[in-house]
Amino acid sequence: MGSTTIRAVDGITVDVPEGEFVALLGASGSGKSSLLNLIAGLDSPTSGNVNSGGKELARLTREELAQYRRHIVGMVFQSFNLVPRMSVLENVELPLRFAEIERRKRAELSTRALEKVGLGARLRHRPIELSGGEQQRVALARALVNEPRILLADEPTGNLDSRTGIEVMELIRSLNHSLGMTVVLVTHEQALAEKYVDRLISLADGKVISDQVNSKAAARGEA
Amino acid sequence: MKLYDSVDLAARNLREAVLRNSLTTLGIAVGVASLVAMLSLGIGLQRLASQHLRTSGLFDTVVVSSRRDLRSFNRDQDRGGPAPAESPELDEPARLRIEHLPNVVEAYPDIRFVTEFRFDDKPHLTMVAGLAFSSKDSDGFEGMQGRFFSSGDAHEVVIQKSFAAELLGKTPSREQDDTSVAEMAKPLLGKQVVMRYGEREVTGGGDASAYSVISRQLPLTIVGVTDLDPDSMRGAARARLFLPEKLLLGLHAMQAYNFRESSVANSDEATYSTIIARVSSAGKVDSVEQAIKKMGFNTFSILDASKGLQTFFKIVDLFLGIFGSLALAVACIGIVNTLVMAILERRREIGIMKAIGASDRDVQGLFFAEAGAMGVFGGLIGVVLGWAIGRAIDIGTNIYLHRQGLQPQHFWAVPWWLVAFALGFSVVVSLGSGIYPAVRAAKLDPVQALRYE
Repeated sequence: MGSTTIRAVDGITVDVPEGEFVALLGASGSGKSSLLNLIAGLDSPTSGNVNSGGKELARLTREELAQYRRHIVGMVFQSFNLVPRMSVLENVELPLRFAEIERRKRAELSTRALEKVGLGARLRHRPIELSGGEQQRVALARALVNEPRILLADEPTGNLDSRTGIEVMELIRSLNHSLGMTVVLVTHEQALAEKYVDRLISLADGKVISDQVNSKAAARGEA
Repeated sequence: MKLYDSVDLAARNLREAVLRNSLTTLGIAVGVASLVAMLSLGIGLQRLASQHLRTSGLFDTVVVSSRRDLRSFNRDQDRGGPAPAESPELDEPARLRIEHLPNVVEAYPDIRFVTEFRFDDKPHLTMVAGLAFSSKDSDGFEGMQGRFFSSGDAHEVVIQKSFAAELLGKTPSREQDDTSVAEMAKPLLGKQVVMRYGEREVTGGGDASAYSVISRQLPLTIVGVTDLDPDSMRGAARARLFLPEKLLLGLHAMQAYNFRESSVANSDEATYSTIIARVSSAGKVDSVEQAIKKMGFNTFSILDASKGLQTFFKIVDLFLGIFGSLALAVACIGIVNTLVMAILERRREIGIMKAIGASDRDVQGLFFAEAGAMGVFGGLIGVVLGWAIGRAIDIGTNIYLHRQGLQPQHFWAVPWWLVAFALGFSVVVSLGSGIYPAVRAAKLDPVQALRYE
C-alpha cells in the first residue's frame, strides 16, 4: 500500500523525421504505449516536451490538443475501438463531424477512405458483422480520413491472426509509401516490425535501450 | 462539432437506452404537467374573476365629472389642474372630445333622476337611469328575464327585481328575497308603465341656462326584469328602472344639476353632471384617465382596486408555480442520474471520441444535447398531459356545478404563452441538470477512458 512513483517514460530523446516508419519495441510495461500517448497529445509529460510538427504539445491548451489530434495525427488501437452501434461508414465519418466537415462531403471522404483500405462494399455493416482484420482496416480508414501527417498505431496486429496481421501491416506500409505519412508503430512482435519498418527503437523500463535503422528493410530497399 | 451533429449523435445515444431515457423523459413530463396544471388553474381562476368584473363594466369604465361639481368622486384630484371656477364645462363638445380620445369606445352622459311611474293607476317613485345599448353584453344582465332593449331609442324599460316586487304589490323585506326573477317577470313582461317627468324646454333663444319645465308622460313597455345589483354597473347606482340612453337623452328630462347650471353655466350647450367613458380594455384605463385629466376634468375608475386584485392573483400563481415545479425538481435529479449513468456506460466511447479529435466542448455539447432533447420531449408530453389534467378538472367541476343547478364555468386556461413558458422552462431546467454530467464527461482523461472495459 502507499504511493510509489513509476516513471513510464524516463528521459527519452527521440527524433523521427517526416515520412519515416518507426517501430517502438519492448515488453509489456516498457513504456512504449505511454510514449505513443504523449506523441498523440492524449497524455502530457510531467517534465520535458514533445515537439510534433513544429508544435510543443506541453504548451497547447486542451482545445488546441483536440485540434492537433483531429488534423495532425490519426490513431489505430489494438482493440480497434470502433463504436459498435454505428455503421462502418458512420465510424469513419466521426472524426469529420468533429472537424465540422459538411455532411455530403463527409460521406464522400469516408467512402474514399474505406475504398482505400478495401472495404468499399461494407459501408452499411456494423463493426460486429466484420472480421477482426476488417475492423482494423475500418479503424485505419477512420485514422486516415482527415489526412493526418502522422499515423500512430498501438499494437494494430495484437488482436489479429498472423495472416490478417500481415495484411494490415502491408496496408500501413503502403500508406506510408503512397502518402508519405510518418508512422509510429508500437508492437512487441519484433519479427513483424523488422519486416516493414525503417527504424527500430527498443524500450525497457521507460528508457530507450536501442535505436537503430532496420537493416533488413534497408537491404530490401537497396535490392 | 456543429449543433445538428450534436443533436444527431444525442438522438442515437438516447435511442440506445430507450427504456431508461423514456422513463427519465416521463419524469420531466410529469413535472411539466404538474406545473402546467397548477398554473393553468391559477390563470383560469384569474380570468374567470377578471371576466366577470370586466363584463360588469367596473374595470373598463372611467367616470368623468366636471371640476365645477364640488361633490366630485375624488377630492384629491381637485388639487391639480385649473381651479373649479376656471375649469371647462362638461358639455356636449366635451363629451365628443372624450369619445374621440384613443382607446375610448364610447362616452355617454350619465342620466338619472327620481321620477314617478304609474302602473295599474298606482304611482311609484323611483330612480331612473339611462343604459347605453352596449350594456347589452354586460354580465349584469346574465339571467335577466325577457330581453334587452330592441334599439337604442326604443320605448322600452328594464326593471330591477325589487321594483318589480313593488309593482306587484309585494312587501319589501330586509331578508333574502327567495322569489325568483322568472316568477316576478311573468305577470310584468309586455305590460306598460307610464313615466311622468319634467321636460326642460330652452326658452332663452339658444341660451341653455334659460328654460321652462313642462310636465310630460311617456308610456313604456316592460321588456326585461333583472336581478342586477343596483350598486354595480356603469354609473347606474341605485337606479331601479332603466331606459335606453338615447331615448332618455332625447327627452330633455329635468335633472337636479340643471339648477346649478342655471346659476353658473357659461356654455350654450347642454351640460352633464357625469359622463361615462367606456375604454377598449382595462389595461388602457390609466392612459385614458390621464388624457381626460389633461382636459381639465375629474376622473374616477376602479383601476386601483383591480391592481390589488392582479397582485393577489400573481402571488397565487407564484405559489401554484412553486408547488408545480417541485415535481420538475425531482425530474431534474432523474436527468442527472441518467446522464451520470450514461457517462459510466460510455466512458470508453468518450475516450475514443477524444482520441480521434473531439474537444471538451464537443463532449459537453453532446451531453447537453441529450439533456435538452429529454427536456423538449418531456416538455411536449408534459404540456399535453397538463392540458388533459386541467380539462379533466374543468369537466369534473362543471358536472358538479350542473348537478347543483349552477351555470358552467371555465376554471382552467392554457394560454399559448404558458405552453411556450412550460416548454422553455423544461428545456432550461433540463439543460441546467445536464451541466454537471456534461462537465464531468468533458473532463474525462482519454487515456484512462480508453483503458476502461
